Amino acid sequence: MIRFLLRRTVTMAVTLLIISALVFFIIKLPPGDFLTNQIAELRAQGESASIAKAEFLIRQYGLDKPAWQQYLVWLGVMPGPNGFSGLLQGDWGWSFEYDKPVVDVVGDAVWLTLLVNFAVVIFIHLVAIPIAIYSATRQYSIGDYIATFIGYIGLATPSFLLALILLYYMNRWFGISIGGLYDPQYAGEPWSWPKVQSLLSHLVVPTVVIGLGGTAAMIRRMRANLLDELGKQYYVTAKAKGLGPTKALLKYPFRMSLNPFIADIGNLLPQLVSGSVLVSLVLSLPTVGPILLSALKSQDQFLAGFILMFVAVLTVVGMLVSDLLLAWLDPRIRMGGAR
Amino acid sequence: MEAPILSVRQLTVDFSTDAGNFRAVDGLTFDIPRGKTVALVGESGSGKSVTAQAILQILSKKARIANGSLLFNDPSNGGSIDIAALPAESDAMHALRGGRIAMIFQEPMTSLSPLHTIGDQISEALMIHADVDQATANQRTMDVLNRVGFPDPKRALRTYPFELSGGLRQRAMIAMALITRPALLIADEPTTALDVTTQAQILDLIKELQVETGMSVLLITHDLGVVANVADEVVVMYRGRIMEAGSREEIFRNAQHPYLQALMRAVPRFAMAENERLTPIREVKSASLASVDAPERVQPAGPILKVERLTKSFTLRSGWFSGKTREIRAVSEVDLSLPAGRTLGLVGESGCGKTTVSKMIMRAITPNSGKVLFDDGTGPKDVHKLEGEALTTYRRSVQFIFQDPFSSLNPRMTVYELLTEPLRIHDIGTSDERYERVKHLLEMVGLDQRALRRYPHSFSGGQRQRLGIARALALEPRVLLCDEPVSALDVSVQAQVLNLLKDLQAALGLSYLFVSHNLAVVDYIADTIAVMCRGYIVEEAPKSSLFRNPVHPYTQALLAAVPDPDIDRPLDFAKLRAGGFSQPSAWPEPFRIEPGEFGVMKEIEPGHKVRLGRLTAREAA
Repeated sequence: MIRFLLRRTVTMAVTLLIISALVFFIIKLPPGDFLTNQIAELRAQGESASIAKAEFLIRQYGLDKPAWQQYLVWLGVMPGPNGFSGLLQGDWGWSFEYDKPVVDVVGDAVWLTLLVNFAVVIFIHLVAIPIAIYSATRQYSIGDYIATFIGYIGLATPSFLLALILLYYMNRWFGISIGGLYDPQYAGEPWSWPKVQSLLSHLVVPTVVIGLGGTAAMIRRMRANLLDELGKQYYVTAKAKGLGPTKALLKYPFRMSLNPFIADIGNLLPQLVSGSVLVSLVLSLPTVGPILLSALKSQDQFLAGFILMFVAVLTVVGMLVSDLLLAWLDPRIRMGGAR
Repeated sequence: MEAPILSVRQLTVDFSTDAGNFRAVDGLTFDIPRGKTVALVGESGSGKSVTAQAILQILSKKARIANGSLLFNDPSNGGSIDIAALPAESDAMHALRGGRIAMIFQEPMTSLSPLHTIGDQISEALMIHADVDQATANQRTMDVLNRVGFPDPKRALRTYPFELSGGLRQRAMIAMALITRPALLIADEPTTALDVTTQAQILDLIKELQVETGMSVLLITHDLGVVANVADEVVVMYRGRIMEAGSREEIFRNAQHPYLQALMRAVPRFAMAENERLTPIREVKSASLASVDAPERVQPAGPILKVERLTKSFTLRSGWFSGKTREIRAVSEVDLSLPAGRTLGLVGESGCGKTTVSKMIMRAITPNSGKVLFDDGTGPKDVHKLEGEALTTYRRSVQFIFQDPFSSLNPRMTVYELLTEPLRIHDIGTSDERYERVKHLLEMVGLDQRALRRYPHSFSGGQRQRLGIARALALEPRVLLCDEPVSALDVSVQAQVLNLLKDLQAALGLSYLFVSHNLAVVDYIADTIAVMCRGYIVEEAPKSSLFRNPVHPYTQALLAAVPDPDIDRPLDFAKLRAGGFSQPSAWPEPFRIEPGEFGVMKEIEPGHKVRLGRLTAREAA
């Protein structure tokens, strides 16, 4: 077990290293960078004071050096103008666009993103699993057709449209302010109970909107998986023992059908972060999605790089978690190869 | 006379399908007497499993009991219930199911959940029906595991099904069924998926437990050999109806119904005369086989195929978290030789390495050491050293017939595409010539050329296997490797396919390597038989001398364990109870082989060789 964890940690580190190189070079792929673009713009407007500051920043962050050197400095394995100061040292760089350290830009956004996405994951499972079980056990019944139909609508509805509609009615019926994750008066306030309440009431719309597509997809997959398992012999055995239908179903086929979903946890996390950009924009959620989008557009390289690395870490850790969970839940994997 | 445990009266089960109603069981009437074994016999699709499911009310959703009654007389309280009148999910039905009537199934692997321990699954059966706590249930589970022959019941509580051998899994199933002490045990093909020696042990166990508990058994099987050995009464079914019913004596000594007589003639038996032919229930006429001439070819001077000291080891990882590996030797210095135009039977239980050998001959896997020599008349060549054109020629000369006719044919290809594929791969003939060739192939295997445009799913198992044979013949091979070609088929169809293989050999001069676990089948088709166990060839002989004078203890056990459909030749259960036949280190001297050793083959009479351990080998030298 310890050997396994060690081996996994090493592969994870190597994977992250490769990802970091890819991320950096893809960000650098378009010609120019945030500061040279800005300088060109300022020059056109004839603002020499700002130009001087921009040129100072260029030297400060070594943007005048070759890309591979910039990468090594960013990583923290090569001394930059400020000595060793990169990802490995916990210095995530400077956001040119916001004119603030990256940490300050994304700080709150990261936690709110995790919160929203956690709520979404819970929502998806709570809604999808019962519906999937219902429609699998009653295949081709009217209820199954209705669930399927609603599922297809969920898949096909453009989420931003649904977001706007829901926002409008939430505001009209419950007086919840439009957009954001809490009422405007709490912006910048320290956390307090009313602020938390406001946060929770604002969570409903994004959770439903972001979760709907995933719920529909999960109903379809879960139903298909369960249908496969329901035909298996061990389920007949369980029934032949005298187990009631619900108990037999939950203990045997349902548990078997969970495996692919546990294996999916690793994919789920990053997908939710980057997949909900459109909705976050429409709902003006203070999550990392919109920040990433604008950082990529304006070539704000350290900000974009950090967010992409954050997603990569989520992926890799998610994979490890799902592998450990799978091994814990499925003895065949735990003792694999012994057949 | 005391009332039977179960009286089935006019039972009718209907399936609603897209094509309308299908009557799977049609007016079935029979009794299961107290403490006796009733065998329900028939081909697949005869409705015997559906009958069992109806008794437990675990029919699939598309099926329903349309008519009839299932009167269950519980000996413990004298009560009498009509099961057919109970709703499937009522409390009364739940109490019966698993409590008073228990069932075991054919596939011990798939009938147990791989995610739950044996202990969990067995004690669950008890806790559903008796008001006991987990500790008591565990104790009872250990008792019953001990009774069905688990070596270490305490450890077994925490083992998972996939850690056990097929035989132990089926024992666990039996333990699960018997822990509630049911009055009736339904066994649906309980030994079909098991090796013969294990089969004999399981049948013995069921018999013993029946004597001990006084339960009745409804045994569902297609194997007349099993029936002859364990049944008291026999019910023969065909297409949902009873063809004949009676005591075992009546059925086997004096079969009346033509269907039953035909079924008996279709089963290969040991006592068959030389050149006696099996009679399939539905004979398939091959239009062109009689007129076919074997292609003119140079005959090799020696055997067409020869295997010399073939050895193969596999490396296994012993667990997901550990990096440790284990080496398993699957094939140990195997020598075989297949003369042209003859059949070599390779017999052994599952996992003995026989399929690995055939794959190495195909050059699908590479041996660690040893040679496969193929001689097409130009002298023997090492198959694993062939390259380029010579390899392509070899591939054309040696073809494979697979075990499972369902998964070995691509469901998305028509028969025409399937049969021409080998020709297309080897770029033989124009499309007109291919068409002619395929038509001819279909005629040879007794199929109509209208089959060409159909897809495999519209054929029965036997027809599919004949398609597989036709495909293997497309390239005019000289050697066919048949890997359990009939073990997935019904007895009636099995006879058809075996006869076809024999006829093809006679007409085309083919050589067969026939791999099977069924000794009676090998006896019917092979000229020479090699018995394989744990990667060793333990005995090799012309079939007459092998059956007349089996020398090796494993061969003897294997022969003793085959149930013969002849009630005058019962299984010797006492002899088979000992077990350990397939442990080379447990064989008596001079046959004992220590782990890691190979032993030597010694010729005891012309053509009859047997493997001896090292000690004796030294003495012999």
